[in-house]
Amino acid sequence: MDDWRENQELLVMEGRIKVPYRWFAGEVGTRYFESLRDERKFLGTKCGKCGKVHHVPRRNCPDCFAECSEWVELGSSGTLETYTVVRRQHPQLAPLPLPYGYGIIRLDGADTGFLHLLHEFEEGGLATGMRVEAVFAEEREGKILDVRYFRPAKGVS
Amino acid sequence: MEPVAIVGVGMTEMRRERKADGYPDLVYEATRKALDDAGMEIGDVDNVITVSNDFFDGRTISSMAIQDACGSFDKNVSTVEGDGTFGAFYGLMRILSGSFGTTLVCAHHKGSESEMPLITNAMFDPIYERFLGVEAVTSSALQARAYMDKYGITEEQCAMVSVKNHGNAFANPVAQLPLKLTVDEVMASPYIADPIKLLDCCPISDGASAVILASAERAEKAAKKPVWVKGVAHCSDAYHLGDRDLSDVRALEEAARKAYAMAGIDDPKKQVDLVELYDAFTYMELMWLEGLGFCGRGEGGRLTASGETAMGGRLPVNASGGCLSGNPVLVAGLNRIIECVLQIRGEAGERQVEGARTAVAHGINGPCGQSHCVWVLGGEK
Amino acid sequence: MGKRVAITGVGMTKQRSSRPDVNGQELINEAARMALEDAGLTRSDIDAVVIGNMDHFEGINYVDTWSVDGSGALMKPIMKVTTGGTTGTTVAMAAYYHVASGLFDRVLAIGWEKNSESDTTGAIITAFDPFWDRPIFAGAVAGLALEATQYMHLTGATEEDAAYVAVRERKHALNNPYAHLHMNLTIEDVMKSPYLSWPVKMGDMCPRTDGACAVVFVSEDAAQDSPQKPAWVLGVADRHLWAYTSDPYANQAIENGWWFPAMEWSARELYDKVGITDPLEQIDVAELYLPYSFAGLRYMESLGFCGRGEGPALVRSGAFDMGGKCPVNPSGGVMSSNAIGATGLIRVAECAWQIQGRAGDRQVPDVKIALATGFGGCFWSDILLFGAEKPEKSRG
Repeated sequence: MDDWRENQELLVMEGRIKVPYRWFAGEVGTRYFESLRDERKFLGTKCGKCGKVHHVPRRNCPDCFAECSEWVELGSSGTLETYTVVRRQHPQLAPLPLPYGYGIIRLDGADTGFLHLLHEFEEGGLATGMRVEAVFAEEREGKILDVRYFRPAKGVS
Repeated sequence: MEPVAIVGVGMTEMRRERKADGYPDLVYEATRKALDDAGMEIGDVDNVITVSNDFFDGRTISSMAIQDACGSFDKNVSTVEGDGTFGAFYGLMRILSGSFGTTLVCAHHKGSESEMPLITNAMFDPIYERFLGVEAVTSSALQARAYMDKYGITEEQCAMVSVKNHGNAFANPVAQLPLKLTVDEVMASPYIADPIKLLDCCPISDGASAVILASAERAEKAAKKPVWVKGVAHCSDAYHLGDRDLSDVRALEEAARKAYAMAGIDDPKKQVDLVELYDAFTYMELMWLEGLGFCGRGEGGRLTASGETAMGGRLPVNASGGCLSGNPVLVAGLNRIIECVLQIRGEAGERQVEGARTAVAHGINGPCGQSHCVWVLGGEK
Repeated sequence: MGKRVAITGVGMTKQRSSRPDVNGQELINEAARMALEDAGLTRSDIDAVVIGNMDHFEGINYVDTWSVDGSGALMKPIMKVTTGGTTGTTVAMAAYYHVASGLFDRVLAIGWEKNSESDTTGAIITAFDPFWDRPIFAGAVAGLALEATQYMHLTGATEEDAAYVAVRERKHALNNPYAHLHMNLTIEDVMKSPYLSWPVKMGDMCPRTDGACAVVFVSEDAAQDSPQKPAWVLGVADRHLWAYTSDPYANQAIENGWWFPAMEWSARELYDKVGITDPLEQIDVAELYLPYSFAGLRYMESLGFCGRGEGPALVRSGAFDMGGKCPVNPSGGVMSSNAIGATGLIRVAECAWQIQGRAGDRQVPDVKIALATGFGGCFWSDILLFGAEKPEKSRG
């Protein structure tokens, strides 16, 4: 079946899966994002059984499998648990100009870390364990990018 | 566990772009090779497990496209979405259930047909994480940093994995990316996301593979010497990256503990002859070696630097060249299993590990090795 | 030899058009926790989790690892299986094989979908080959309409025959508090509903639903501790034939005597294994994946309840109504609720409830044997039989 193949350009069909999505944040997520949007405050959820404060918020504790029973207000600063500085990224994905960072940040009052962006740092200026603070967007719509990014906390090493 | 063997294996060549073949073509090629290897015809296959992912294939119910190619016609068949090690695990369970004497497991991937960062970005939760733009490389960089900071692992130690595995690939005819590298060259390659550099990353690949599992009774009829499943287990850690200590390997340790217990392995350092593990990024090889119990926590770098994991060392790791030398996602785990089979059979050609009797194969699912599957394979029933 | 396997717990969310109050993990968690409670177990008792849905309906890659908070798989084995419409039954079969293998004693099976989060038809269109089928194929409704037209041509079945099924299913759903649609329809209502793709009308079709279902499968050893009466898996079988849109309708298939081969062959295999020789007499209740009304005619033939072309007469005799010889879909079936990844598992869950005598107002008296099916892909078929009595052996 191969004899026709010489000098033939093999066909490629270009396409794209175009499916619109609308993901429901649910009651827990809605409360969380309302607080970010309206009060610039991070909220965690506390497990009614083991007492762990989850951030991002959870309706149930993944471990105990019990309902999280209360909301806990968290600080907008925290500790950097790990980080990376991104030098190359798919243009559709990069939410900030390169180079920017990602960090796992444990906010004050939380027992888990959470993923967010890092910006406004010097080259070589990030370190595990350093203090970082949230920079909120001026226009907030109730989504994770209402926090524009975290940056090294001012005046604190 | 009742004895079950791997009696047939087939791999396509892994290439950056297999433009002449659609993924059903790749599946057919791999299936045909596995049947020939086992000395079987499609009628000898009692049931089929396909492995695919709708995102990577750009197609809903993507396993539909390969039903003709894998020969599932008028057979029981199911589809696992995840790494090939998980698909093979289901194939194994279907034999252990007593309902089937043989299972064909096939997996395919054409990284060339889409844009991988957009697809791996979809692993992340759409409400809390996805719009931050994180994907496989940047999330792995977070893990690499956490691991390296905690244990003082150096980028040079990671680079040694790249040098070793790309070098091993020269002896593997299906490998995509044999490269003669030095540590300095790896270190000089550009950062993608610190501390991960270009030469710390696996390539994007096209390829397919198939294995045939058989009960003891059916394995007797196979053309080649059966390679026996001694132990296998898998385990998942938490999902949100911040819920995990990313430097930790507890899910892998748990999977390995169970698999070793089944296999009667109490000292993997002494009882395992070679390892094929999922090295999508160089740091992973170090971490997974620790999780698999081949050295203590934080000692993966030293173990690698000692040369023990190189060809000719005490415990060759990724003699095939690993994922770093060809990573058709999902297929990758099956390829780890297949390399172990070839080594135990003594059919690994120029990369043959002398006296290979017991081998460990490993695959992962989800971001930063959230879920691990560990196989122990051996030459004795 | 394989372990014998039973269902000892079921959890199901109320099926609704949309669940804005929960995200996907939370929806999964509702069903998972209900199932564990029902089985008298906690998360720590579970040895493995199997989960399934359809990727492009929620746009989440690696749902297995993503689901962990909700599915309870933290530090446990979790596996995703997915096969389109058959996903829910595929999940059930995977859970069955997990336990039958002897490697796991208690396995949590989860099927879920939030169809409200995307464009179901837009996603389904991408199921077909990008070169040959996708530029032409217009989604599930048109694909089913091709089947209906062929069936009417071959048998003389009418749109009214199909409407009878649509009315029956919706009537049954009135007894099911979990059902999405509660509609008391007449044949005339269905006949007057607008055509979507001739001969299929709005009233003939399933809805799009948000929902989750979780089922606990346990080994014969673990079943001894169950607070619920075990519903035993008698056997399972499936066929997923073909790759292209036109394959199922090809005339050659008819000439070869292939009517709906995936369903006929999987049913024949399973009936042979379990010893079913007269399905209408031996099966007490059936929960079938009937995505639209015409399926309720043709599939009865493919499942061996009657000969080819005899479906309409048998259906209209009331044999499959509540109180009939073998009630079909006391739950209201897929035409009343269709959270696609959950749908097949809901069929399984309903069978378990029927066998346990826990099906409430939709209970069929004295169920000894129950049949569940899954339908999807390129006219694929999954089929499972459940029994009140512990079988002699496991028959996967």
